[in-house]
Amino acid sequence: MFTFNMEKPKASSLFDEVILWDMIVIGGGPAGLNGALYAKRKGLMVGIVTLEIGGQLHNTSTVDNYLGFKNIEGKDLSDEFFEHIKTLEVPILTGIRTQEIKKNNDIFEVKLSDGKTLNTKTILLATGGAPRKLNVPGEVEFSNKGVSYCTTCDAPFFKDKHVIVAGGGNSAAEAVLDLVPWASKITVVHRSVWRADTILLEKLKAVDKLDIHLNSQILEIFGDDLMKGIKYLDKSENIEKILEADGLFIEIGTIPNSYLLKDLVELNERDEVIVDEFQMTSEKGIFAAGDVTNQEEKQIIISAAEGAKAALAITKYLNKFYKGE
Amino acid sequence: MSKLLNKELQDQIREFLNMMKDKVTFVYFKSDKNCDTCEQTKMLLEEIADLSEKISFIEKDLNKDTEEAKKYGITLAPSFVILDNEGKYKGVKFNGIPAGHEINSFLSAVIDMSGVEFGFDKDLVERIKKIKKPVNIKVFVTLSCPHCPGAVSNAHRLAMLNDNIESEMIEAQTFQELSVKYKVSGVPKIIINEKHELVGNQPIEEYLNKLERL
Ligand SMILES: Cc1cc2nc3c(=O)[nH]c(=O)nc-3n(C[C@H](O)[C@H](O)[C@H](O)COP(=O)(O)OP(=O)(O)OC[C@H]3O[C@@H](n4cnc5c(N)ncnc54)[C@H](O)[C@@H]3O)c2cc1C
Repeated sequence: MFTFNMEKPKASSLFDEVILWDMIVIGGGPAGLNGALYAKRKGLMVGIVTLEIGGQLHNTSTVDNYLGFKNIEGKDLSDEFFEHIKTLEVPILTGIRTQEIKKNNDIFEVKLSDGKTLNTKTILLATGGAPRKLNVPGEVEFSNKGVSYCTTCDAPFFKDKHVIVAGGGNSAAEAVLDLVPWASKITVVHRSVWRADTILLEKLKAVDKLDIHLNSQILEIFGDDLMKGIKYLDKSENIEKILEADGLFIEIGTIPNSYLLKDLVELNERDEVIVDEFQMTSEKGIFAAGDVTNQEEKQIIISAAEGAKAALAITKYLNKFYKGE
Repeated sequence: MSKLLNKELQDQIREFLNMMKDKVTFVYFKSDKNCDTCEQTKMLLEEIADLSEKISFIEKDLNKDTEEAKKYGITLAPSFVILDNEGKYKGVKFNGIPAGHEINSFLSAVIDMSGVEFGFDKDLVERIKKIKKPVNIKVFVTLSCPHCPGAVSNAHRLAMLNDNIESEMIEAQTFQELSVKYKVSGVPKIIINEKHELVGNQPIEEYLNKLERL
């Protein structure tokens, strides 16, 4: 039986009509959606512009640490968030990339990939993260030819095959569990020790087709038309080893999508947007929330909470600067 | 048999389809041989067509209606094309059922084909119209891939803006032989004129850069 993941909200022409927005949210993941929810409830003229609704929730199969939802599929949680937002009738543009943000006096100009420009008093940047790369030879060459960053998207292509998972955090452990129904053999290769939650590691113990190589650093991905395997350094023995495999899922965290702000606000050495306790960046009127910020823990509930904090701070900011309260 | 779309989805889609400007036609090709998803694809198309007066549905048989199949370059089943108001084929094709996330690229194509402006920049449209060489774009997807509908929509929009360009979605699991042939192990995977590749959901500019250099 087929299911359907509708993302298309009611077409909103508001984006052609509103001349000056109170707040534009860039990014429709947990941080952006919750930010918009809080802002709308405060009566702000708020709109969301995003490539996709749900963000990284779609790369996640099961979420078991969002309060109130036991063991929910990432995409179902995303649907729940989206349904909630829809009841508030927040205008949303999906499938649209924000290309550039410019400051013009006290107004921000948000330039979109469809050629439109939105003018807004404040911005909530909630663009989250993109998969971090290993940066080893062969990674680009074999991307989509064995190398992948999304188990929920690509696991079915590895039916009865041997796949490697790179990484040692929660997303790597979850990737292993996503691959269990498909792969004939799974090998984790990680440069140090496990950082995943105990509860996930317990689940991995039950997977008998799983091999684990810790303290092992991937050096190279090789193959011809398709990837054929990896070369890695076994750091405990200090020997280079070869591991043949049909696929490699890279699950080593995210890099922040902060490129839009790189000339406007301060970033830290990891390119994360530096925010204060009110989620405000170094530029007045620009706020950020979720995985794109310098907040350490990249989690759904934390991102959502940051979105809420940002929206409330933006409300106060607007009252102060535009209404003189 | 119960419907594929529940009441709530029907309402959502009906409301979305209210945006349509002119009429469109779905021409669907079935096959009686080895087609596990034909029946459900037909159901989906009929259910969607029922939600708007502006959509008509025509069913054809890949093995019997060879003339039509040839006209639209159909070699697989289930496949369908979306024709514009004048019944013209603009190179917009789907191979496999557009369920899951792909419902989004399907509905976008319906709205776009009905004549609603894409809101593209003038310069961008100019560049697209300038492509003179014949182009075929294949976008391989899976139904659980959230990044895929964007890639499909971009390719379909290029096709709608230029008669030299044809674009087709291919559901990788339905057509496993093709996935093997084109070495698909990750989606979206975009193949241009059989040999050039783009990986991931690319902005329309990236497509254009590639097409301009063909
Ligand atoms: C495999 C995996 C498993 C995970 N499992 C869990 C888990 O079990 N529990 C948990 O709490 N967390 C989990 N996480 C982490 C969690 O998904 C993130 O912390 C959370 O999604 C971050 O939310 P966000 O809103 O900040 O950003 P994101 O979810 O990254 O959303 C950002 C959004 O911004 C959009 N965007 C980006 N750039 C632009 C642009 N220029 N223009 C327009 N739109 C743009 C994107 O399309 C996206 O929709 C997991 C992550 C991964 C990768």
